[in-house]
Amino acid sequence: MLVFIINRLIQAAGAVVVMSMLVFIGLYLIGDPTAMLVSPEANDLERAAVRQAFGLDQPIWMQYLTFVGNAVRGDFGRSFLTGQPAMQLILERMPATIEMVVVAIGFAVLVGVPLGMLAGLRPKAASTKAVMTVSILGFSLPTFWIGLMLIMFFSVYLGLLPASGRGSTVNVAGVSLSVLTPDGWRHLILPALTLGLAKAALIIRVTRAATREVLPMDYIKFARAKGVRPRRVVGVHLLRNILIPIVTVTGLEFGQAVAFAVVTETVFAWPGMGKLLIDSIIILDRPVVVAYLVLMVFFLIMLNLVVDILYMAIDPTAREKVRDQ
Amino acid sequence: MIPTDNARAQDAGSLLSIKGLKTYFATRAGVVKAVDGVDIELAKGEILGLVGESGSGKSITGFSILGLIDPPGRIVSGSMSYNGKDLTALDEEGWRQLRGGDIAMIFQDPSMTLNPVLRIDAQMIEAMQAHANVGPAQAYARAREVLVMVGIPSPDERLRSYPHELSGGMRQRIAIAIALMNKPGLIIADEPTTALDVSIQGQIIHEIKKLCRQVGTALIWVTHDLAVVAGLADRIAVMYAGRIVELGTAEEIIENPRHPYTKGLIESVPSRSTRGSRLHQIPGMTPSLLNLPQGCAFRERCAYAVSACGDEPLNTVEAGGRTYRCWNPLGGPRP
Amino acid sequence: MSIASPQAPVVAVETPFQRLRSQFLENRLATFGLILLALIIVPSVLAPWVAPQNPFDIGKLDIFESQLPPGSVSESLGITYWLGTDGQGRDVLSAILYGMRTSLVVAFVSVTGALLIGATVGLTAAYFGGKVDALLMRIVDLQLSFPAILLALIMLSVLGQGIDKVIIALIAVQWAYFARTARGTALVERNREYVQAARCLALSPLRIIFRHMLPNCMPPLIVIATIDLAHAIAAEATLSYLGIGVPVTQPSLGMLIANGFEFMLSGQYWISFCPGIALALIIVAINLVGDHLRDILNPRSAQ
Repeated sequence: MLVFIINRLIQAAGAVVVMSMLVFIGLYLIGDPTAMLVSPEANDLERAAVRQAFGLDQPIWMQYLTFVGNAVRGDFGRSFLTGQPAMQLILERMPATIEMVVVAIGFAVLVGVPLGMLAGLRPKAASTKAVMTVSILGFSLPTFWIGLMLIMFFSVYLGLLPASGRGSTVNVAGVSLSVLTPDGWRHLILPALTLGLAKAALIIRVTRAATREVLPMDYIKFARAKGVRPRRVVGVHLLRNILIPIVTVTGLEFGQAVAFAVVTETVFAWPGMGKLLIDSIIILDRPVVVAYLVLMVFFLIMLNLVVDILYMAIDPTAREKVRDQ
Repeated sequence: MIPTDNARAQDAGSLLSIKGLKTYFATRAGVVKAVDGVDIELAKGEILGLVGESGSGKSITGFSILGLIDPPGRIVSGSMSYNGKDLTALDEEGWRQLRGGDIAMIFQDPSMTLNPVLRIDAQMIEAMQAHANVGPAQAYARAREVLVMVGIPSPDERLRSYPHELSGGMRQRIAIAIALMNKPGLIIADEPTTALDVSIQGQIIHEIKKLCRQVGTALIWVTHDLAVVAGLADRIAVMYAGRIVELGTAEEIIENPRHPYTKGLIESVPSRSTRGSRLHQIPGMTPSLLNLPQGCAFRERCAYAVSACGDEPLNTVEAGGRTYRCWNPLGGPRP
Repeated sequence: MSIASPQAPVVAVETPFQRLRSQFLENRLATFGLILLALIIVPSVLAPWVAPQNPFDIGKLDIFESQLPPGSVSESLGITYWLGTDGQGRDVLSAILYGMRTSLVVAFVSVTGALLIGATVGLTAAYFGGKVDALLMRIVDLQLSFPAILLALIMLSVLGQGIDKVIIALIAVQWAYFARTARGTALVERNREYVQAARCLALSPLRIIFRHMLPNCMPPLIVIATIDLAHAIAAEATLSYLGIGVPVTQPSLGMLIANGFEFMLSGQYWISFCPGIALALIIVAINLVGDHLRDILNPRSAQ
């Protein structure tokens, strides 16, 4: 088990290095950020000074090594725009994003698993057909479109919920949270719903497919032949088995949702790290983009590890395999 | 429960009575008549071998008795009663109480019957708690007791295991133990040894027989292998194309088959006396249950077919209760 | 209780295409999707000839007729703005037709490109197996585990704006799906007699892969490609909405929606809403068709 985790961490480190290199080279190719750093009237001497100050006069490999050297000490350079440390800028905005994603995924699971099971248990029911049709829409319509429709209905037409911003927050141990205030919730509902609907659609499909796969299994029939109550057959025998794919998919979708928050945050002007990324990409704020991507890769790999550990917790046969390795 | 000393249970009274059972499956291609008019009378403590090729409807008969036919399948007609209770009148909760309580079932493939993500103790305890208002400790004690009965060493350790940690034979013993949990009056065993090693097959058959005799449980042993039930069953019913074509005591069936199909089955079993010679094979294939021919379903594969076989063979009852459906029976009086 | 008498299966001589067509038309929803798709695609492709105005010809616009509600009649141009006008006085219906055209081109080209690259990689991996397979699939898995939207964002931030750039980014995002499916199918095909026979003839791997295996691996790939068209349209719209997709001079549906967003909050909903509905309709239509196509062509999910 420990060996497994250490192995994964080594892989993670490797992936972070490769990723940062690709991103660095990629961004190096896009224009010269000097233009952004100096006023248009600046002369060549001033430009050179700025270039030197930011290390932009060095060859690319030198810049990369400097970057890596600083990065391992937690220094990802400063934002060209604000002059703040890039990583700090991102970490400040992370709670807003994570909060929205947690609420969205929570919603998706609470809605998706029961509906998916129902659809799997009653494949021919009219309600199942309706749920499946809506779920196709849910994950094929773009997120921003769903967001716009929700804004149009709840904010413009009904005037019920705010269309943008984060609302009031409460500071808990240095992390600002909006789930603790009613105003915070009012602002959170629409963005979280937007992000959550697509994920709910996916979880419905995964749950339904898993249910349909597990139902014909002999052990379900055997449980029924034992006289086990239907509620327990579904709630224990079926659920414990379909949980394996559901947990795996939900875990991985959590990472996807954090990435996709880029879109939701843009639609709702949600002050998270996704909005920061888009703004930084548009103005070529290289340190912030690089720091975001490195953080994201690290986050995704950690998430994979957590999913694997969870997977082992719910699938006894997987535990065996890891022990054998 | 007092163990019945005498295994011969015909005189102990009727336990299960099935008349004209028909279980059909509505498929896109048409109606599959998997079970098409089956009659079974079973006495308390009796062991019945239900023999037939795959697709003969023997397993579906077993599942019908437990009300475990899922759509598109349906019991379309017939009467079934257990201990005087009319099964066809049961609601879902009534069926549930019957299953695992009065009638237990053992499935074919032990690697598939136990839930892979639940520990053995959970799967055994729930079997008892589904039928008796007992606490987990009491159910655990019973689970331990039946594991010892079916010959499982160190039961506590096994109870803590997951199915994949156990061998196939061990899993089937646990399935048998689960069937015994609530002291059922009848166990339906659907080819429970087919998926096991031959060496373990014998042990399991021997032990099930011993246990049934010990606790007086009746047993319907569904199998395609006549040799398995020859030494196990009191009576044998031979099924073909959804019907019981011959029924009699094990000796009668094995020694003196009336139906040519039964004879074919016996001849295809390898034995000491046939060593070295070619095994007999029944020509042709099981007919499609979708489009059964008029008359005897075995007609086209039968070496003894006569012109009368174009008509539906009647069920002939001999003195002593032996029955067969054939116009040209072997070694017996003509109908 | 009466039981319908079993019917003999109807045996008729049909070509595979005829069977496919009749099976397809059996499903009313899918047929509806197909009709809807035709109703969207045909006028979009013919946009320059059927649209009431060319919304990107500045000379043809009347800036004083901006933000008119649907159904308004233009006084200067003599046309009816069936879906209203936007902030620059553009006819929204015309803009949708032109925008759909851009979206369709981007989707079609990028999916075709991704299909070709993915199939090549997948078939190569399956044919050679061993280390080649392991390496290629490692790359595929790595990419699939990385969020597509981020990959597209990075690509576009490196490449800059433009239709061609969006297409490249979308190919980069999508090829891995095709590679994995192609490999899965090809692994089965590789062991078929015809491939064995081709190998015995010592044909070149290139020839076996493309002339013999590829045609047999196509059906599942085409199904994915159909549904992927919808994903590509959605992805392109998203990127354009974020402002890093197609340039302003060649607007797509996503950009029309983004441009109308500011007006939505002040009640002029149609500027954003109408292109939004058009986007939803085409995605739904493609999904209805693709989903049913998958059910027909994949015997495992048919039952």
